[in-house]
Parts: sequence; C-alpha cells; structure tokens
Amino acid sequence: MLTRNRLLAGVSALAAASLALPAAAQDTIKIGELNSYKIFAAFLDPYKKGWEMAVDEVNAAGGVLGKKIEIVSRDDNGNPADAVRVAEELLSREKVAFLIGTFPSNVGLAVADFAKQRKTLFIAGEPLTDKIVWDNGNAYTFRLRTSTYMQTAMLIPDAAKLKKKRWAIVYPNYEYGTSATAAFKKLLKQKQPDVEFVAEQAPPLGKIDAGAVAQALADAKPDAIFSSLFGPDLAKFVREGSQRGLFKGVEVFDLLGGEPEYLDPLKDEAPVGWYVTGYPWYGIDTPEHKKFLAAYQARYKDYPRLGSIVGYSLTMAAVAAIKKAGSLDQDKLLAAMSGLQLTIPFGPITFRALDHQSTMGAYVGRIGLKDGKGIMTDWHFVDGKDALPSDDEVKKMRPAN
Amino acid sequence: MTFASFVIQLLNGLAAASSLFLVSAGLSLIFGVTRIVNFAHGSLYMLGLYGAYSLIEALGRTPLGFWSAVVLAALAVGLAGVVIEVVVLRRIYRSPELFQLLATFAIVLVIKDVALAAWGPEDLVGPRAPGLSFPIEILGRGIPAYDLMLIVVGPVVLALMWLLLARTRWGALVRAATQDREMVGALGVDQARLFTSVFFVGAALAGLGGALQIPREPATLDLDLSVIADAFVVTVVGGLGSLGGAFLAAVLIGVAKAFCIGFGFSKLTLVVEFVIMGVVLVLRPYGLLGKAPATPRAIGETPPPLGPPRRWPVAAWLVLFALVPLVGDRYVTVLLTDIVCFALFAVSLHFIMGPAGMVSFGHAAYFGLGAYAGALLFKKAGLPMELALVLAPFVAGLFAVVYGWFCVRLSGVYLAMLTLAFAQISWSIVFQWDELTAGSNGLVGVWPSAWLSGKPAYYWMALALCGIGIAILWRALFSPFGYVLRAGRDSPLRAEAIGIDLRAYQWAAFVLAGTMAGLAGSIFAFSKGSIAPSSVSIAQSTDGLVMVLLGGVETLTGPVVGAAIFTWLRDLLARETDFWRAALGLMILLIVVVFPQGLVGGLAALYARWRPA
Amino acid sequence: MTAVLQVDGLHKAFGGVRAVEDVAFAVSAGELLALIGPNGAGKSTCFNMLNGQLEPDSGVVELEGRDITGMSPRAIWRLGVGRTFQITATFASLSVRENVQMALYSHAGKLRSLLSRFGTALRTEADALLDQVGMLDQADRPCGVLAYGDLKRVELAMALANQPRLLLMDEPTAGMAPRERVALMELAARLARAQKIAVLFTEHDMDVVFSQADRIVVLDRGRVIAGGLPAEVRANPDVQAVYLGSGH
Repeated sequence: MLTRNRLLAGVSALAAASLALPAAAQDTIKIGELNSYKIFAAFLDPYKKGWEMAVDEVNAAGGVLGKKIEIVSRDDNGNPADAVRVAEELLSREKVAFLIGTFPSNVGLAVADFAKQRKTLFIAGEPLTDKIVWDNGNAYTFRLRTSTYMQTAMLIPDAAKLKKKRWAIVYPNYEYGTSATAAFKKLLKQKQPDVEFVAEQAPPLGKIDAGAVAQALADAKPDAIFSSLFGPDLAKFVREGSQRGLFKGVEVFDLLGGEPEYLDPLKDEAPVGWYVTGYPWYGIDTPEHKKFLAAYQARYKDYPRLGSIVGYSLTMAAVAAIKKAGSLDQDKLLAAMSGLQLTIPFGPITFRALDHQSTMGAYVGRIGLKDGKGIMTDWHFVDGKDALPSDDEVKKMRPAN
Repeated sequence: MTFASFVIQLLNGLAAASSLFLVSAGLSLIFGVTRIVNFAHGSLYMLGLYGAYSLIEALGRTPLGFWSAVVLAALAVGLAGVVIEVVVLRRIYRSPELFQLLATFAIVLVIKDVALAAWGPEDLVGPRAPGLSFPIEILGRGIPAYDLMLIVVGPVVLALMWLLLARTRWGALVRAATQDREMVGALGVDQARLFTSVFFVGAALAGLGGALQIPREPATLDLDLSVIADAFVVTVVGGLGSLGGAFLAAVLIGVAKAFCIGFGFSKLTLVVEFVIMGVVLVLRPYGLLGKAPATPRAIGETPPPLGPPRRWPVAAWLVLFALVPLVGDRYVTVLLTDIVCFALFAVSLHFIMGPAGMVSFGHAAYFGLGAYAGALLFKKAGLPMELALVLAPFVAGLFAVVYGWFCVRLSGVYLAMLTLAFAQISWSIVFQWDELTAGSNGLVGVWPSAWLSGKPAYYWMALALCGIGIAILWRALFSPFGYVLRAGRDSPLRAEAIGIDLRAYQWAAFVLAGTMAGLAGSIFAFSKGSIAPSSVSIAQSTDGLVMVLLGGVETLTGPVVGAAIFTWLRDLLARETDFWRAALGLMILLIVVVFPQGLVGGLAALYARWRPA
Repeated sequence: MTAVLQVDGLHKAFGGVRAVEDVAFAVSAGELLALIGPNGAGKSTCFNMLNGQLEPDSGVVELEGRDITGMSPRAIWRLGVGRTFQITATFASLSVRENVQMALYSHAGKLRSLLSRFGTALRTEADALLDQVGMLDQADRPCGVLAYGDLKRVELAMALANQPRLLLMDEPTAGMAPRERVALMELAARLARAQKIAVLFTEHDMDVVFSQADRIVVLDRGRVIAGGLPAEVRANPDVQAVYLGSGH
C-alpha cells in the first residue's frame, strides 16, 4: 500500500512538473486563439493557414507597438466546456493579451460569456449565430464574420424578385439552421406577403437522409427551396435531389453553398443555377484581394477558402485594435475595437460601436460550372452594413451593459 | 402523404436499411464470438468509404473499376480488422469485462487522425455508381437505380452469411462460440485463429457497408461516431449475435426514419432510433430475435475482493490537493476543478458498473441533467446559486428514478444500451427545446456567487463537495447496501434465494449514482459559466467509461486516478501536438497493453510482485 | 407428525410437453426425502416450482399448512425455506464469512443500511454456522478461490442462516468426488435431524440416496412412479426398469 502511494506520488510529481509555468517571453505580444480544429477540419485548416500568413506579414512589417506578435493556438474540441478551460489556460498561463477565434455557435457564446466574466476582449471569427452580438451581446465581445441573419438577408432581394409563391425549406437541426430559417421566413414575408411555406425539413446535422428528404420536399410541389445545408449534408442533398428530379423547374437558394469549402467537393455535380452566398476567389479583382490572393498562392501553392479570409482578417483586426489602442490595456482595447476600421481582402470593414458586429460582407451569386468545377457566376458583393437590421431593432435585441 | 410517396419512402427506408445492416451484422458477429463491444466498428466503416474513394480514383470510374474498388476496399478493411485484433485485442482478452472497449475507443482516436493525415480534412464526394446512376421511374417518381440495388444487397448478404454460418465448419464454430465461449475453448479449437477470422469477416462487412455508400455519401471524418451509435442500436434492437435480428432491426429503423421525414416529423429522426431501442428493450429485454445469454458472467472471471480505503493516505491526498492553489497558478486550479468534477462523475459511474455490475453507456445523462438543472434553477427559477447547485443533483436523481426503474430490469450489454437510449432521448430534448434549454447553443451566464468567483475558492468548494460525494459512495460500497450490490453482481440467483430484493437495491444504486453524477455536473456547470448539450452527449458518457476503465474497474481508487490521468493527458497532448487525438489514443493503447487491469490495478499487481517476500 | 412441505397435484407443461404431471408428496420435520429419477424425469422442474422459480400450471404447494404456490423465491425464503443449487451459487468476491453474514443480515432485516460498515454485526453467528459445516478455518478466504466441495459447504451454511424449517437441495453432491459426497450428505442429515429441518433433495448418486434418505420418491416422465422407504423403492420393479434402461 505504501509503495503504491509512493508510485502515485511519483506520477503526480511528474504531472505537477509538466503543469508548471512556461517562462513568459515579453518581447512579443501574445494573442490567444482557440478553435475546433479537429471537429471542423475542412473549414479550419485553411483558416489556420490564413492567420499564419497574417502573423508573418505583420511581423515582417515590424510587428505592432514595436513588438512581434505571436498567436498561441489551442484546439477547443468543439465543446464549450473544453473551450472555456482552454481560454482560461491561454489567459492565465500563456498571458495572452486577449482572445480570438471559435467556430461553432455554442462555443462562441460560451467563450463570449467567459470573456465578459474575465473582462477580456474576445473577437469571434466564425460563429454565425446572431445571438453573439445581439441577444447575448456583451461589452467584451466582437464578431468579424457576416452572421446568419446578414447572409440570409443578402439572399432576400433575389428571392423576392422571383415572385415564387410556394417555398419549401430544409435546414440542419440546430441553432444556425433554425435561425436562418426564421430570418428567411420573416424577411421574405415582409417583402412578399403572399408567400407560402409548404414544407419544412430539419434533418440532424451531418446525418441527412437525403433521399427521403428530397422526396418529402418534392411531394410538397414547391416553386422554390431555401436551404441552409452545408458540408456533407449539402453534398448528399444535391446528389439525391438531382437524381430524383427535385430541382427540375424549381429555384433553389442555399445559404453557404458558394463557399469553396462546401462547393468544391461537389466537383462537376455543383448544382448550376442555385442562388448562394460565397467566395469567388477566382474573380475578385479589387487590389486588396489581389494582393492577398497572390501572397496566399505563393505561400501555400493552393487557393484560399473562405476560412483563409476569416483567419487572415481576424488576425489583421486584432493587430489593428492593438495599434489603435496603443497598449494592451483591456479598456483601451475595447475602446479601440468599437468603431475600428480596417481593410480586409473583402474591402473596408467597421466593427460597429452599436453592436460590435463587423460590416464584413459576402458575395452573392449563382452557381455555374467551369472545367468540371463549381464556380459562382453573376456574383456581386454585398456590404455587410447593408444587410443589417435598423439600429433601433438592434438596440431592442441587445441588452444594455 | 399519397400512396406513391408512401411507397417511395418505404423504398428509401429499405435502401438505408441495407447499409445499416451491413455494419451492424459485422458488429453483432464480433460481439457474439469475442464479447468485444467494438467501438472502432464505425471507424472501419469510415475507412471503407475512404478506401473505396481512393481505389475508384485509381481504378477508374467504370463499372469494373467501381465494383473492384468496393470489393478491394472491403477486403482491405477486413485486413485492418485483423491487424487490430492481432496487435491489440489479442493481448487483453483476459482482462476484465469491457476493458477491450477502452482499447477500441483508443483505436477510434488513432484511425481518425490517420484518416485525416492520409485523406485530408476536406469532404470527399465519390462518383455516382457507373451504370446505375440513372433514376428508375416508380409511380411517377424517380428513384436512383443504385438505391434499388442496395435494397437487394442487404438480403443477399444476409443469405450468404446464413449459408456461411449454417453450412461450414467455421460457421458451426462461430455459432458455438456465440452461445458459449468456454465451450469452444474446451473443444480444443484454436481460439486465437477463430477470433482473428471473425474479426476479418466483421471488419470486412463494415468496410463493405462503407464502400457501398460511396455513391450516396461523402467520405468525412465524422462518420465513425455517427455510424457506431446507429450500429449499436441496430445490433441491440435485433438481439446480439442474431444476424436475422440485425436485418429486421435495420429495416425497422431505416423505414421508421424515412417515414418520419415523409410525414413531416423530420426533427424526430434525431432520436427515433433510440426511442425504438428503448421500447424494444422494455418489451423484449434481449432484442427482437435475441436469446437470453446462457451464462451472463463466465466462471473464473469474478473480480477480486474490494478493500476499503485507508483513511490516512486518502486524507493526505486530500490535503495535498487542497494545497495546490496556494502554490500552483490559476490554470492548475481550473484544471484541477475539472478533474475533481470528473473524478466524482467517474466514481459514480464506477459505483454502478463495477461493484453493482450494471454498465452504463449513458451516464452523461445524469451529469448533464444535473448541470442543466443547476443552470435552469439559477437562471430561470431565480434561485440563489448555492441553492441551485445543491438542488440540481436531486433533479438528476429524479431522472435516475424513472430511467433506472426500466434499466434494472435488464442486464449486461442490454442494460448498457437502454441507459444509452435514455441518455440520447434526454440529449435530443435538451438539444431541441429552445425555449427552456436554449437548444444547441446551451445556457450561458451560469457563474458562481461572488464569494466563490475566485478560482481557488470555487476549487475548494468543488473539492469539498466532490470529496463528500466520493466519500458517500465509497462508504456505501462497504455498507450492507454496497455488499448487496456486489453480492447481486456475483450471483443474482443466490441473492434472491436469501431473500434479497435485488432489483430494489440496484434501482436505489442507480438513483444514488445518478444523483452524484448530477452533483458533479452541477459543480461543473458553474465552474464553466455555461452549459451545452455536449455535456449530455455520448462523448461525455464515453469519457466517463474511459476514465473508469483506464484507472481500473476492479479497484476502488481507479476511477479517480483514471479521471485525473485522462483529463490531464488530454489537456497536455492537445497543447503539444496537432495530432493530439492519435497521441491520446496511442497513450491509452500503451496503458492498455502494459496494464491490462487498468492503471491502479496494474500498479497494485506490480507492487505485489516486487514486494520483498 | 404434520408435514412441513405438502405437495399436491402439481402440473407443469412447456409448450405442450408435460414436464410434471400430478405430482404429490410430503416431507416431515427432521426427515430427508430424496426425489430421484432419470434425466428429464422432471426433477428440476418440480424443484423449481417448490422454490418459487417456476409457477405451476395447477396444484398446491403448502409450507406448514400455508399455501405458497406461485410465491417468489424471496417470499418463500422469508417463510423459512433454505436452498442450495445444483451449480453452487455463492458471492465469489466476498469472503466465506461475508457470504454467510449476507444471509444472516438478510434474515435480520439489516441490509438496508447505507452508512454502517458491513460485517461488524452477526459475526459470531456466522462463525457458528461455519463451524457447523467445518469451514471456519477458511472464513476469511474469498469464495472465488475455494474448492468445489468447500463451496457446497458454504452454501449449506448460508441455507441454514434463516433457521429454515425446510431445506431444498438440488443435486447437493453434483460435481464432487465420491468420498466427499457421502460426507456432505451425512453432514446435512446430521444438522437436519438435530434441528428438526425437513430436507428435500434430488440426487444422481444412488449410494448417497440409499444411504442418507429416509424416504424416496421416484419420478419418471413427469409422474411419480414409486415412493416409500429405500428398501421398498429398491425392490420396486418399475423403478428397476427405469434405472436399468428398459423403461425408455
């Protein structure tokens, strides 16, 4: 018994040793980044490439406040509880200046609330949930990416223009899907009061029974379909739907379908004519994007995905905030973030003081085929600021704090 | 729904059933013969899909290329199964019940990262089936010819398997081993070779199931866990070891899902299979076509006696743990808070699965419901945080009263699967009840009161409460009540024969364990400030199992050590390497092979051997 | 002397196969009654209807005049019936003494406690029982490591823990060496007679049966074909026919 305890003591001594503080280097500014790298690898692999490139660019240009920046990155396992623990580790052990990152909405919301508790700046990169800046918004949290609501709103003009009466809806059964659906129904109804929603399908995320869903939608004889599916669900839905003739004579909208992450795997089966938001990297010829594209392709011998843009822009926003604040003091950082303006590859954006949402936009267009690959055609850029509800509406949703 | 769409949805259901059947058949076969709950079976399915994708790319998108790729992929996955059996599982057949589950869990982690390294993160959409991609018109609606072919494949494989089992010597051995494992050993059959061959066939079936899905489903890295849950359900609903049962169950579940969609209840597909499993198990405790096992626990496998904990070492450890925040940094305190919560969670699971012999695959239900109860009492009912924290466990306990009443009527893997069914039903309610639980987003703003808001203060409170919880559970184990549980595990027959109402005691044990898991969950929730459905998920339940098995299910302190090591390792590895899942898997495999009794059991055995005479 | 166990008109059929038909017999206090018959004669079925494992289709089982037909094994035990199993059933991870204490605690209604330490009470009583069956010297060993014959003794001690009026022993000597068999049954007989316990046992070993039983009931194909003192049964031509094999 004694010896066993001694053995355990040895093991725990080892554990304690490895738990001990790493020496903190103070010639760099550390930014804490956390994301669900293993769970959403398809999106976050390019995302990581994006922020790595940004870090090198910033440092090559001399860093910020005379110091180099370093991103300390952690995997949050796609799980809010783990994310909060990892965030704590970044703050208390790595002594990072503030936090950026996260992908799924529940992780984003949990880290946002944690940031509020810890009185630390958090810039959410990818979480789409509207709640993170509205219902659950707080003074410490900002969000870069166009939200579910914004992207849905961007599709509304095209949807209303078609004057289709019978709409069917399919969405993954979790918050993103339900919010997108709710926003779509509300906004379309405003523009086109006689619209009818004839069928709704909410398959579990990642487990769509595409044949059955396609059949059930077809049975409702819709004129148009609004989908917020993405990833493997989207691929399965496209294939089954086209084999079963679901899309014949029916206009289809898919919220994220133009993002290379989700469009490219479809290859020659990309559903021509669908209305989508996305990222036509091959066609954007603004100077800021061309510069980004050239650097990215030179560095990785690969083309960027939307994740690359988010990772890159998120880092640039963080650096811009530090520069504007002129210090790593939280109050100054928060003040700097409020109304922060910078130019990302998609153009100039502002982090609105009103709700901490950035005005990053998105590209809206239709899917076409070129050389056996899906592309976006007839696309145009929609500035994020034009896809947001009125300030009064936002104020009503966002708690005062 | 019109008649035509009814027919089409029926066909859709049957097509889905075929692939479900193939995976489940392999799982059932492996379990029947080796008694291994093969957690890695979904990973083999995933490998089948990836393998078929690559082989088709190599062999060409022609009918010949497609079909040879499917067959080759299945065979290759069969070989992967052989490697797993020979390299890992063969070493631990003599370990305590379910220890193999730990090994297969580690293999899941390894295969996932291997697949990521080999095929990359992007979803791979395979080609349509050459020659079968056209739709066939039925009642005015198109259905892909490939789907119709799949409907035929299921019964064909069932028939072939039936022939193999009924008409060959190998089949006779498999059937004999399924009924009575000891008998095969007694017959002088080379058990190792039989097991290896069974693994080959089982894995190849999983691989075939995956490969055949290539025209219907992209190869992605999430398939392993989503498939394994389905396969478990089908296997258990059909009756373990029964291929016919697996087929029946696959059809039942496949068609039920298709009709849920057809009738416009698509949200039900999240949970319908678990509801079916729950109902089937309550009505038919051994599945649709399963038989009661001849000997629930094989002779000679009885666990060693359990000694009560020594007071002084335990007290010394407690003091040591209490001192850490004074010397360590803030993060150590946070990590230790996690560890003590998980320690209580693991000890409560061990309480029912070790001494009481009731394995739970759904223990996260009580952890998660305790966490949600705490958060809701605090946020929605407006109770003070302290009150919410201590009332929450009783809410979890109430659920355990209901769930446990059904569960203790079963035993073995069936019991385990019923606990899983209840956990998944709870999860799906939590996941979808937006108004109450905030759905998939979870609840935020669940922070402790001011006096507990410092990390050390909260940690000390967690340590005290979890310590009390563990003390109660350990104390109970050496009380007459705890002895009844152990007695009931050793011999239910004898327990009844000396006048013990075993089920009542098991039920009470279930409630006690559920309450304690709820306490762990409630403490956990307030330490994180938020709670999400993942705390009720299969992954959380699996973590608990891994902690208990890693530490040693047949020891008292094992679950605590397992919780500490697992939590610490995961934290450490996730920081050190991108491929932390594979690293964690390999670490677990190493522990499994070196310490087949679990860490504490293995160290105790080492000590016994080295102890000076 | 009134009968402790009285069985009348017991019937049981499994899917049309009549396993037990119109079986009747009685056992008195201090008496050892052997229930014998070839394989498949219905001994086990019969036995399981007495101990509550099976419910008879019809018939009556009375314990000291009280109808116990169809009661659960637990209830029957509470009324004072001890039993041993064909394949020993003990608590393998518990020590020999704890096994017996378990039965004693159960009898004393002391099992519900959640916080007291098991094993501190009823120790002397347990040791006394173990002494009776000659297992006191092994009291601290776990049952999982015992020799088979010793397990049978532990079972006997457990069966005696509720001071039974009736002891049901299903093949008490199965799996034991021949010399041990007689010794074990002698022990059981001695204890039964001293404590006025009625004993019903089934047995394959005819040496044991004829040397220990006070009376014998012979079953064949579900029916009682003979009954009486050992000498009478031995002389019965029907019994000889069954046991010499021409009966099948």
